[in-house]
Order: sequence, then structure tokens, then C-alpha cells
Amino acid sequence: MSRPAAVTPADIVREAAALRRSLDAGFREEVVTSLYGEVERITRRAVQDAGSQPLELDQRIDRIVTSRWFGLPLMLGILAVIFWLTIVGANVPSQMLATAFFWFEDLAAGWFTQLGVPWWVTGFIWHGVYRGLAWVVSVMLPPMAIFFPLFTILEDLGYLPRVAFNLDYLFKRAGAHGKQALTMAMGFGCNAAGVIATRVIDSPRERLVAILTNNFVPCNGRFPTLIMLATIFVAAAFPPAVASLVAAGSVVGIVLVGVLFTLAASWALSKTVLRGEASAFTLELPPYRRPAMARILYTSLIDRTLFVLWRAMVTAAPAGAVIWLLANISPGGVSLATRAATFLEPLGWAMGLDGVILLAYVIAIPANEIVVPTMLMVYMSQGMMTELDSMDGLRRLLVDEHGWTMLTAVNLMLFSLLHNPCATTIITIYKETLSAKWTTIGALMPLALGFIVTLLTAAVARTFLGL
Amino acid sequence: MSVEHNCETCPVHAEMAQLGAAAGTYDRVVALAGNPNTGKSTLFNALTGLRQHTGNWPGKTVTRAEGGFQFSAVRYKLVDLPGTYSLLSASDDEEVARNFLLFGRPDCTVVVVDASALERNLYLVLQVLEITDRVVVAVNLMDEARRRGIAVDTRSLARDLGVPAIPIVARTGENMMALLGEVAAVASGQTVTQPLRSKGTPDFERAVSTLVPMIEAAAPGVPNARWIAIRLLDGDVPVEEALASGRLAELVVRQQAPDARFSKKIALQGAQ
Repeated sequence: MSRPAAVTPADIVREAAALRRSLDAGFREEVVTSLYGEVERITRRAVQDAGSQPLELDQRIDRIVTSRWFGLPLMLGILAVIFWLTIVGANVPSQMLATAFFWFEDLAAGWFTQLGVPWWVTGFIWHGVYRGLAWVVSVMLPPMAIFFPLFTILEDLGYLPRVAFNLDYLFKRAGAHGKQALTMAMGFGCNAAGVIATRVIDSPRERLVAILTNNFVPCNGRFPTLIMLATIFVAAAFPPAVASLVAAGSVVGIVLVGVLFTLAASWALSKTVLRGEASAFTLELPPYRRPAMARILYTSLIDRTLFVLWRAMVTAAPAGAVIWLLANISPGGVSLATRAATFLEPLGWAMGLDGVILLAYVIAIPANEIVVPTMLMVYMSQGMMTELDSMDGLRRLLVDEHGWTMLTAVNLMLFSLLHNPCATTIITIYKETLSAKWTTIGALMPLALGFIVTLLTAAVARTFLGL
Repeated sequence: MSVEHNCETCPVHAEMAQLGAAAGTYDRVVALAGNPNTGKSTLFNALTGLRQHTGNWPGKTVTRAEGGFQFSAVRYKLVDLPGTYSLLSASDDEEVARNFLLFGRPDCTVVVVDASALERNLYLVLQVLEITDRVVVAVNLMDEARRRGIAVDTRSLARDLGVPAIPIVARTGENMMALLGEVAAVASGQTVTQPLRSKGTPDFERAVSTLVPMIEAAAPGVPNARWIAIRLLDGDVPVEEALASGRLAELVVRQQAPDARFSKKIALQGAQ
């Protein structure tokens, strides 16, 4: 046939539709059938299967790991062991790092003073920027260097798809996609990565559900906060022999609360603004593979640990500077930090927290990693204590000088779980959804939940427990 | 940017150099396609020396990552595509893979398949062969298959598919040089493949040959007009939309633009 002079796309689509009608109705089935036949023939010629039992051991392991009764408890058990190893292993190196860093801070500040450097330069550099960095490194580096390799081993082994398999039923009941369990697992590393990982979900509705609820699992930037609180408050109430177990258990508990909120929020979204049924999908359970240890160490230490640490340091340095300025600029004799904290105090009190904690969350919007250092720096600039070189010292600062109770610790753990995503995650949500509306919802929904939950727990604890 | 000399099994290894994410000019573009969890990212890392994160779960790579390697004095850009079971449905990651194969005009596409699950993997191979004839099939995870007592005759496979098929173990680097040799030959046009393509009914073929010149006239420079014609006859809505909105031409341009900075960033974030 002759080529038309000017063909518009609409012409082509129309022509294709016409041709399709003219074709035998079954032509698509024919194509598919012949494809299947072809594949089968090629396979039969190329593959010699020596009567292989498809990895019997794998199947036996899977029968336990994904069993209806053992699957979930086993999963929680593994999680608990990982947290326990992290808490026990990180404790000593964290203290050593803190001691070394703060010893050097005093030393260096001393030199500066001797050299006649103005006090505010010394303060800004050493008690501001440096102290922020030192905190971030000593609190975050040891737990990450233990947690990430362990998590990567599980990933390399092939355990993550089994987690998705175990949780599929729950997510389906919540009207969400089973693969959301995978994106949730990525969220433990970093919520921004978890949001990107939702691309594996085909349906736009379910993908949006996964994006909006990813922030309910604590990311690596928030784990140090949780671990610290679990160690110095929850565990301290128990005898030393079981303290670390209790600490690990309470971190698992917080993770469970996060998963429950993920499911509840997914369910609520699926019943309201993102109405729809869960779609079916096939999930392949890959064979277990022996983890390549050298590569795991490289990936988890260089790519993950140092990457996250670097990000934390980049945000901690300016935050340290901001806090130092807030704490040392005092118009009318009262520092800006104290003014801001006083302003936030009523709300903070009602939430079972205090003004300083809320101020820390405002300053720490760029990255969750710096919440605790920010908080401590504001406290230290207000109180008597300027040295902080052990968990005991930390406990004294918070409890004796600033009136923390178990309610403060528990609600801070809850608020750490339920608050707005960090700036990176918010930007990522926008890039993935290209919608200001969904980005706003993704940022404000967890924050609103955080307010509601902490206001309720504080009210309940004060009314019934007299805390 | 390190030159590796650690592979005793292959004397020609010195010919190969990993170029990492080095920016610069490349002589040829090679795409890595395949089902999820067949080891594409492992192969990508082995060739480029990059540390694109790999994990033992399907769907790990959600965007394309790019890196480079040099083989026999030719510089190759290697593009790691998300794993897909087919090129027909349109989830985000499948679209990334499909658009690149269609419009990125790779000089060679390596389809990585799992030796233990050849039958399931072949559907994608046949679909890729519909799009491009410059294909090398890498039969990966041969060690696992051997452990399971499965033997794959890659010669028979190559004969049936009409393109080279090489058995490899990406994790240990086994047979990597043979693979690269075939990639080089196919990319340079030295090896001319005769890909297996299903012929439809005469009516169907006539319909296709009616549409092809129309598509070529409406969107000049579009590769694989035949594939688009088949998709249109199949009533593929995303393809219809891409054609109607003029996005087809735009896609061609975009797929050929360098994507390295974006994907490097994703690779970092994805590494969490």
C-alpha cells in the first residue's frame, strides 16, 4: 500500500483499531499459545534435569520460616536478637568514643582560651559545632556498625521475601499490597529509600498507601534514640542481668507499635481517601543463598553506615552551630533557646514531653539523627552540667536536672515513631508522587497521630498512674 | 577505577578494566535485562567495579543504574535495568526497562536468566528478541543449578534462540571473559544474530506491515516500529497514549540522554 502523505498519531491508532477488528478474534490467544509452546520446546531440548529434588533443605526451612504459627514469632525473635546484639555490643564502644571526644573538646577549648581566642569563637566551634558532631558519631556509629551488617546478612540470605510472605495476609486485610512489607523493611534502613522502593508496587493506589505509611517504621536515624531511651530508662528499672534483654524487647515493642500503625493507617486510607481492594500478586521465594561476607561487610559498613553517618554529620554541624547561637544569644538576659522552649513548654507538657524536646524536633527536621544531640545541647546550655561522658551522666542530666520520668521516656519513644518524616523523605515523597497534596498528607498525618497518641498517653498516665 | 588482576582462571583478564561510574565518552552501550533476582546487579558490579546494592530479593533495582567497563580497548557503558517478568504490563519498574530497550538503542542487550528456572525466564528472552536482535543470553547461577542436578545445554539454547548463550556464575566471575567476548562481537556487528521470532498468522503479518510505514512516517527515528505496531494491534493503552501525545519521539531523545547522575544518587539512597 502507498505511504500516506501526512499521518497523524490519531490516524494510526484508528487504523490499528480497525485492523484489530478485522483480525480473527482469537489472534492474541494464538500468539500466546505459540509462545508457550516455543518456550516449552526450547527448554526441553536445553535442560537436563537429573531428577533433582528442588532444594529439599530450602523447602524444609521454608516450611518453618513461613509457617502460620512459627513464622511471625520467629521473625520477632530474629529482630529481638539483632537489637539485643546491637545494644550489648554498642554500649562500651559508644562510651569510649564519647569519653575520648569530650576529653578532646575540653583540651581543645583549653588551648583556644590560652591562645586568647575570644570566648564566643571557642564556644561556637568547640561547644557548638564540634560537640554536635561528637555526639552524633559516638551515639550512632557503634550501633550502626553492628545493626547494618546483621540486617544485610538477612537480606543476602533471602529472608526478606519470607517476611513479605508472612505479612502478606495482614497487609491484604488492611487493603494494602503484600509487597508493602518489603518497602517497610527498607524503611528500617531509611524512609526515603523505603519510599523509592515502593516502585515495586504496580497499583498506584496501593503504592500511595505504601508511600504515606512508610514513615511509621523507625529508620536508622531514629534507632539510636530508641536504643538510648530503652537502655537508660526502661532497662535501668530492671536488674543488670536482664537489662539488655529488656532494652531489646522494648525496642522490638516500639517496632511492633510502628507496624501496627502502618497496618491501621493503611486500612484507614483504604477505607477512605484511597478506597479499593488489595490486588493479588505473585511473590517469588528465592532460594537461600550463602551470604558473601566480604561484600556484606563492605556494603553495610561503607555504603550504609558511613553514608548515614556522613549525612548525620553534615546536618549535625550546622545544627550544633544553630543551637549554640540560640543558647548564647540572650536579648534581655534570656537566651533564645530558653525563650523558644518556654513558649513550647505548655504543649510539650500536655504531650508528656517538654518544651526543649519539641524545640529539638523543630531544629531536627532536616534529619532525625540529631534529635538527641540537639536536646542535650539545649539542656546543657541551661543547666549546671557541662560534661557528659557516660550513660549514667546522661541519666542524671535528664532525670535529676530536667525532671524526666518514665512517661517522658515512653512518650518520646512514641513521638520518635510518630512524627513528620525528615526533610529528605518529604522531598522524596514529592519526587515520587509529584503531588503537593499527597506530600502534605504524608508529612502531616504521622505528626497529627503523634500529637493525638502522646496527648492521650500523657492524660491517661497522669490520671490513672499519677505520673 | 581499578584494574582487577585477581582472576587466575582467565589469562585474558588483563584486557578488562572496570571503569566504575566514570563520566566520559563510551563507544558502546550495553543493557542488562532479566527476571527479578537472577543476579543482574551482581553481574553489573562484577563488570563495572561499582557497588550497586544487591540483595537476595526480587525487585531490588527499581531504577536503571549506569556504569562503565573497558574490554579489548573498547569502552562500554553498562545499564542495569530493573528486573521484569515481561515487557507487556506497565508498572513503573517495567516501564523503565521497556523504554530503555525500545528507545535507548543499546548496542547489545544481555538478558540474564536463572539456569534453574530456564523455562520461566525464556518468556522475557523471547519478548526482548521481538524488540532487538542484538542480544546475548547469560545463563547465570550455573553453580546453583549444578548443585540441584540441573544441566543446561547452552549450545542447544543458542541454536534455538538464534543468539549467543553463555553459562556464567556472576558471583564468582566464572566465564566472564567468554560473555564479554560475545557481547563485544554482537555489539560491533561482528556476530550477526538470527533471533527467533514468532510469525503470526498471514492476516496478522499483513496488519503489521500496514502499520509499520505509518508509524515510521508519524514518528521519524523511532526504532522498533514493528514492535509498536504489534502492541497497537494488541490494544496496549500506554503505547497508544505515548504515540498520540507525541511522547514517543520525546522518549527516544530522553532514553539516549545520560542518566548517570540521577542513578548514582538513587544507587546511594537505594543502598539503605
